[in-house]
Amino acid sequence: MSSGASLYALQRLVEQLKLEAGVERIKVSQAAAELQQYCMQNACKDALLVGVPAGSNPFREPRSCALL
Amino acid sequence: MKTRRTLKGHGNKVLCMDWCKDKRRIVSSSQDGKVIVWDSFTTNKEHAVTMPCTWVMACAYAPSGCAIACGGLDNKCSVYPLTFDKNESMAAKKKSVAMHTNYLSACSFTNSDMQILTASGDGTCALWDVESGQLLQSFHGHGADVLCLDLAPSETGNTFVSGGCDKKSMVWDMRSGQCVQAFETHESDVNSVRYYPSGDAFASGSDDATCRLYDLRADREVAIYSKESIIFGASSVDFSLSGRLLFAGYNDYTINVWDVLKGARVSILFGHENRVSTLRVSPDGTAFCSGSWDHTLRVWA
Repeated sequence: MSSGASLYALQRLVEQLKLEAGVERIKVSQAAAELQQYCMQNACKDALLVGVPAGSNPFREPRSCALL
Repeated sequence: MKTRRTLKGHGNKVLCMDWCKDKRRIVSSSQDGKVIVWDSFTTNKEHAVTMPCTWVMACAYAPSGCAIACGGLDNKCSVYPLTFDKNESMAAKKKSVAMHTNYLSACSFTNSDMQILTASGDGTCALWDVESGQLLQSFHGHGADVLCLDLAPSETGNTFVSGGCDKKSMVWDMRSGQCVQAFETHESDVNSVRYYPSGDAFASGSDDATCRLYDLRADREVAIYSKESIIFGASSVDFSLSGRLLFAGYNDYTINVWDVLKGARVSILFGHENRVSTLRVSPDGTAFCSGSWDHTLRVWA
């Protein structure tokens, strides 16, 4: 019984691995270049990267003192 | 970059947090069973609900901003509609959606308020219909507890990535329930996974004190973010808007900021007085929020 169950599990594992092996892959150099390109294209919109003028970041707004 | 707001009010360790799409509200959950919705600009608490269990390890904001989901040791994921009516109790409108056979470690709404994706200590992930509570799809493949999940950014389709105690990160097709890619290079539990903004890659943080970047089209790990001086596990990771910076919260109470492309640390942020357990960048990228075992949340900008 137990050998039947583990046989089934191993068959499923082999099928899964075949599925994963069949995935189309691109070269890392190309993948890295595309990640880099995405970063560069969107860098200007990234407030945490380039910083935005103090007025437009709601968290950096100076808050008036509650006592005044 | 420094702490701009400190959200105090939880009575015990903060375990999870999520931003609302309005870029201002935050939901957080804690070990003492409390789930709080905050206005991060004013630091006011807008809603609070006490769960019937402790260790609420997962919480999420609905895309509409009208509901929150949470769960933990109760093995369930429950949805609470948010109401401003003082006469209505939030707990009364609670809807139990997901049922697992072990703790709920992570939950996320899909693109609408109608479906929720959950991850559990029972080793599976599952997709549920909120209205009926019906199980739409289950995802089997992890060999141990699943600790985290993240949905692919909407333009790139119906996939999500999950990470678990089996040291693996797995990418799933939501429609078929199939695992399409698996990565096993971490040396310990994968605590947090987050997609790169373009959807072509994802980062993971692990108890092995490293964060790693995996490219989905090259189908392999492409970067490791580690230093000999960092020996404590990374509990939570998120990217800045452009994907250039990776923010990672660690069990040594710090947040390290990594340059994703160069692989080097850019900055180290101090402030929390205990482990950083959760970290998310706001939807428009102007700030990020971290939650910690020191009972507080901090908004950094």
